[in-house]
Amino acid sequence: MVLRINNLRSLALAGCLIPLLWLFIDIAFDNLGSNPIQALHIRLGDWSLRFLCLTLAITPIQTVTKWRGMTDYRQMLGLYAFFYATLHVLAYLLVDHALMWRMVGIDVIESPYIWFGVLAYLIIFSLALTSPKWAKKRMGKTWKKLHRFIHIAAVAAIVHYFWQLKGNLAEPLFYSIVVFLLLSFRILVWVKNRQFSRMMIPTGQRILAVAEKQGVMPVVIRKRR
Amino acid sequence: MIIKTKKDIPPSEITDPLIFRERRKIIKAMLATMVAGAGISPTLADNNQSVWPDLPKGDFSAEFLTPTPAELIKNHTNYYEFAFNKKDPASLAQKLRTDPWTIEISGEVEKPGRYYLEDILRQQTLQEHIYRFRCVEAWSMVVPWVGFSLGSLLKTFKPLSTANFVKFTAVHQPEVMPKQLNNAMLEWPYVEALRMDEAMHPLAILAVGMYGDMLPKQNGAPLRLVVPWKYGFKSIKAIVKIELLKRPPITTWNKFAPNEYGFYSNVNPAVAHPRWSQNSERQLGSGFFTPRRQTELFNGYGEQVASMYSDMDLRHFF
Repeated sequence: MVLRINNLRSLALAGCLIPLLWLFIDIAFDNLGSNPIQALHIRLGDWSLRFLCLTLAITPIQTVTKWRGMTDYRQMLGLYAFFYATLHVLAYLLVDHALMWRMVGIDVIESPYIWFGVLAYLIIFSLALTSPKWAKKRMGKTWKKLHRFIHIAAVAAIVHYFWQLKGNLAEPLFYSIVVFLLLSFRILVWVKNRQFSRMMIPTGQRILAVAEKQGVMPVVIRKRR
Repeated sequence: MIIKTKKDIPPSEITDPLIFRERRKIIKAMLATMVAGAGISPTLADNNQSVWPDLPKGDFSAEFLTPTPAELIKNHTNYYEFAFNKKDPASLAQKLRTDPWTIEISGEVEKPGRYYLEDILRQQTLQEHIYRFRCVEAWSMVVPWVGFSLGSLLKTFKPLSTANFVKFTAVHQPEVMPKQLNNAMLEWPYVEALRMDEAMHPLAILAVGMYGDMLPKQNGAPLRLVVPWKYGFKSIKAIVKIELLKRPPITTWNKFAPNEYGFYSNVNPAVAHPRWSQNSERQLGSGFFTPRRQTELFNGYGEQVASMYSDMDLRHFF
């Protein structure tokens, strides 16, 4: 059983590299169109955004299916989002700009759509840095707070996508809808939990709430709400 | 007059031997067609692809530039009437009906009317013009156009002194143009315009071909504008109507997003698009890890055109 799960994990781990392999094949067979540099750059950005969406989808899927044990996959997908985003940034610096720093500087300063890309990248960079288990343990509650920034990264990535286009907005619109749905799911769950807490804790029993806040309440009672 | 280069030609612009040999091949193929089709004059009436080998060079043709390979030019077009991507117009545009083709001339001219393209061509001198082409999306190419002076065409219709602007209207064929059929995004048909002095400038041409051959449909056949010192979207494709006007008309992209696409849209690295920089450009055909090209003011045609804008704030009139 354990072995099977491990196999599944390695399979997923390898599967996430297919887009990269596919890209190499397209480069080898000159399949990237008249502007292959831009095509390569966009492809990497697309995959980073797709992995970011998949990462965000894990928690809602867990909530709906009540299937636990997907946290590992969430971490893996998140790291792949970071992996493709890093290649996206490297493609921009190396493949497109050939490390001409002055040109890069002017481009970044003058292109508001890039600011959002930089913001998104800085966020997932810090999330990737703090992704190991020991970092999670050491950071305690701050870890969860920090990793909630993934939502801001997703929104920034979509603005980054939208703002560079002259007109055709169909694709970024699709991702916006996906991220919007995923975010609204989280907000709905949060609102629902809040309503429940209000219903379950009459004002006269505030002491209970205080006890809960301090973590004195037995876990069993908390779960029942 | 010849475009002067202040600097040496960078290695990136020296003809790749492979491309050079390919051009030889194209020339040979063209010669072969000539021999085979001896006696057939290059009219647009027949469906055979006509070629114009050995055309005289236009005064501003940049002979020192390596043209972008034809295959790249043919498969990378912004033709929003057909598709919002750059690849699909290459196949979709083949349905466009270009024969017969008439151009309506109206407005502030002494001789308005409707003219057949072949009649217009008979009166004009075709030349090869190797021009830089810079898209507002920060990519660029070098195209060996076959065309004639726009100014010399306009003169034949005798513009009145009240003519201050030239408005161009592109074809409306919703049956073959999916985005026109769905009324998608832009207002159709596509409209562009120039100030009268810009239109009369010898750099401004109407193109009917490229690479010595007839213009591919996805590149604007049978007749398109080419104004090399302006962003590509000014160079309207498949023109059916030319009007001379007193007042500036509203143009398509300008109407769609007035703060992003100005009437002038002169290439200018110092004036960024509100959302992206115009400082550099990716040349089609350049390899991985090659630097982008520094964009030049007026796309490198400043010597010829800057005087038309000398009293204007280019930041305001972008």
